[in-house]
Amino acid sequence: MRLSYPASVKIVKVPCTGRVDTIHILEAFESGADGVCLVGCLEGDCHFIAGNIRAGKRVRYAKALLNEAGIGGERLEMYGLSASDGRKFAFVMREITEKIIGLGPNPIKTVNRKS
Amino acid sequence: MIVADRKPFEEIMKMIAPYEKILLLGCNECVTVCAVGGTRETALLASQIRMKHQAEGRAADIGEKTLERQCDPEYASTLAESLNDYDAVLSLACGCGVQFISEKYPDMPVLPAVNTRFMGVTEQAGIWTERCQGCGNCILDRTHGICPVARCAKSIMNGPCGGSHGGICEVNDSLPCAWQLIIDRLKARGELETYNEIEKPRDWSTSRDGGPRKRVREDMAL
Repeated sequence: MRLSYPASVKIVKVPCTGRVDTIHILEAFESGADGVCLVGCLEGDCHFIAGNIRAGKRVRYAKALLNEAGIGGERLEMYGLSASDGRKFAFVMREITEKIIGLGPNPIKTVNRKS
Repeated sequence: MIVADRKPFEEIMKMIAPYEKILLLGCNECVTVCAVGGTRETALLASQIRMKHQAEGRAADIGEKTLERQCDPEYASTLAESLNDYDAVLSLACGCGVQFISEKYPDMPVLPAVNTRFMGVTEQAGIWTERCQGCGNCILDRTHGICPVARCAKSIMNGPCGGSHGGICEVNDSLPCAWQLIIDRLKARGELETYNEIEKPRDWSTSRDGGPRKRVREDMAL
C-alpha cells in the first residue's frame, strides 16, 4: 500500500493494550514525549476479551493525572482499529501528530529550554 | 482493611512546596489493596510531582520507597539511613502509618498524601465499602452478620427507622438500609422470630466515646 505516517511517531510494541499500565504512560511523558497514543483492537475484538476496554479506562485515568501535573490530558489518546487496517493506522497517526503539533511541545521540555 | 482516598493533587503540592528533597513513602498493606498507596501508586504520584516541578522549572528530587507496613517498628526502623537524603516524607499510608513514621523520626516532617476513610471490604474491583466501625463490642452474632453500627447511618440497635424506604436508607439513594438487610437475611434463614428480641442500650465506652484505645498482651510485650 506504501502508506506513510509521520516519522516522529515511535512505535512501542505490546502484546495487548491491556498490558499498558498507567505508569508506562506517565513515564513516556516524563521522558519527554509530546504525546502518547494507544492503538488497540476494536471493542469486542480483544483476544483477551477486555484488554482494550481496560486500557481505555486507564487512559481516562491517566488523562486526569496528566491534567493535574500540568502536562495536559489532551496529549494522550486511544484509538481502536483492526490490525489489518493500515490505511486507518496511517490516518490516525497523522491526526494525532497534527493535534500534538498544535498543542506544542511537552511543557517539561519548554521550561528546560527556556532556563 | 483500611480504605483511603488520595488527597487532591493541589493540596499535596501545597503541602510539599517548602521542601526540595521529598521521599514518597508507600505502604504494602491496606492502601496497596485499595489502590491508593502501594508501590504502583507511589510511582504514579512521584511521576506526577516530578513532571509538575519540571513544568514549573523547579528542581525535582523525589525519591520512592515502599515499606511492608508503616505502622510496625520492625519496618519503620529500616528507614533511618535513607531519610538522611531528604527534607520531608510524603506518606501514602493511612493515618496510623503517617503518625507512626512521624513518632519514630520526630525531626522529619511527615506529610499525609491520602485521606483515611474507613474499615471496609472490596465489594468488587474498584469499589470499596464500609463494614466495621471498630466499636470494640461486636454484636454480629445477634445481627446475623450485618453490622448496624457501621452500616446504619444512625447506628440504631433496633431498626429499621422511618427513613428506610424500599430497602434504601434516606441518607442517600445508593445506601442499603442495614436493618432491611438484617430482616431479609432472617427471612431467608427462616429465623424471623428472633427479630422480636430487643437489643438493650449499648455501652459505647468501648468505642471512640471512651477515648483513644489501647490493647496490651502481657505475654508478648517485651
